[in-house]
Amino acid sequence: MSRGHRPGHRGRGREESSSHPSGDRILVLPGEEVPARGLKPGPGTYRVGGKVYACVLGLLSPAPPVIQVIPLSGRYVPKPGDVVVGTVTDVQGTFWLLDIGAPRWAPLHMTGTPWKIDVGETDRYLHVGDAVVVQVENLDPTGRIGVTMLGEKLGKLEGGTIVRVSPARVPRVVGRGGSMIQSITRLTGAEITIGQNGRIWIDGPPEAIRRASEALRLIEENGHRPGLTDRVEAYLLATTPTDPVDGAPPDASDRPRDPAERDGPSGPEGTAPPFGEP
Amino acid sequence: MGNVGAKETPVLLTPDGRRIDGRRLDELRTLQIQAGPLRQADGSAFVEWGANKVMAAVYGPREVHPRHLQQNDRAVIQCKYNMAAFSVDERKRPGLDRRSQEISKVIGEAFQSVVFTEEFPRTSIDVYIEVLQANAGTRCAGLVAGSVALADAGIPMADLLPAVAVGKIGGSIALDLKKEEDNFGEADLPMALVPQSGRLVLLQMEGHMTEEELSRALDLGVAGCREIYEKMKAALRDRYSLAPMSGVAR
Repeated sequence: MSRGHRPGHRGRGREESSSHPSGDRILVLPGEEVPARGLKPGPGTYRVGGKVYACVLGLLSPAPPVIQVIPLSGRYVPKPGDVVVGTVTDVQGTFWLLDIGAPRWAPLHMTGTPWKIDVGETDRYLHVGDAVVVQVENLDPTGRIGVTMLGEKLGKLEGGTIVRVSPARVPRVVGRGGSMIQSITRLTGAEITIGQNGRIWIDGPPEAIRRASEALRLIEENGHRPGLTDRVEAYLLATTPTDPVDGAPPDASDRPRDPAERDGPSGPEGTAPPFGEP
Repeated sequence: MGNVGAKETPVLLTPDGRRIDGRRLDELRTLQIQAGPLRQADGSAFVEWGANKVMAAVYGPREVHPRHLQQNDRAVIQCKYNMAAFSVDERKRPGLDRRSQEISKVIGEAFQSVVFTEEFPRTSIDVYIEVLQANAGTRCAGLVAGSVALADAGIPMADLLPAVAVGKIGGSIALDLKKEEDNFGEADLPMALVPQSGRLVLLQMEGHMTEEELSRALDLGVAGCREIYEKMKAALRDRYSLAPMSGVAR
């Protein structure tokens, strides 16, 4: 059996590859034979005998000289240069371990931060549970993920909420040329940072956070279908910021509350705890 | 299991070849599969197979706990099969027992043989199988659910793993035993198939069969697996269908 792909080398759908999800791409499942037509087995495929089969659930996409399958689900596959949102899971003497939704935890070394830290003082800067924006720097062959906090718009996150979407949906959240995220920002007033790992940080007034999370949930559930930007815009335009919500001023509480209102953003799941003092 | 208690053995097979629920010898129970019902898991599946109800959730690849199980060259697959206390008539004492440990082991090993574990060294792929209602054949239902959940989780693997049990009732070989047939029948033979290669990655037997019966049972089981395979694929297609948005999510 020869394998067409290697660790960290799977063609994750970036913007250009999944902006036309319905196109002429075919949904394939693990174990299904794919028509190779002389192409070599690429990421998401394997070869037995003379035949090529899919090994992940995804969209068949010929990319000469190889044929590949672009996964529609699965964990985040890190790529150097990606900006990701992570949470601290462990604090060591010289580094922190971050959960960035990848198969492994990513070590953030103290030299990769804007702070001047002495060995053993790491816990004065970041604690378990803190949220950060970092950039993937390198991947070693054993799968270790090197990340850095040195760079523009990188650093510790204070306040706000983290919403998770599937990493395969990130290109749809961004939209073509950033159109989707611009719409959401414009129509909700929320400040949004998208991690390539599908973790999205939203800050702003509670109402803005709620509506932005709801828009992201729509994308998460319909991300593989066409016509998404229009639908999300229509949703945001139909629900104006004056709608009654939890956390509205006290005078709103004597109004009968619409039960549907409470199924909004999915409660505590996927949200980060509020951050304490630094 | 053999005969249980002092209960009278029911007639498992009528002279015209019908079983207690009216099925023919080569007929499966009704099987419904839903891919992706759980939000928090990386992949999930719910299977209703006859009176069996089984939920499976897959997490990973992720950090290995406990650490000493970590492998330098591949992912480990940690499978946990568990029966709910309310899944059977008499309350099942909750927690690990010898039976669930064995089933966890054989199901995990079946997955190990199709999942491309070399792709994620030093990680763990965790498969949780919860039997909510049991009516014979739960390890096969668990395999089917776990396998759909693995595909839903985007885990690379050679193929889905359909599974079914074949047994011997009233002297005849029959596909997909239900509880009474399992309890009072003469043999039970669960198996899991890799359709792409035709290999069996799980095969166990309880009871007695002649060599000739075993060979017929294997043929019947493989045919049953192929039928189940189609339903597994349909469930995944349904979840990831590319149809234009119909207005209602899920």
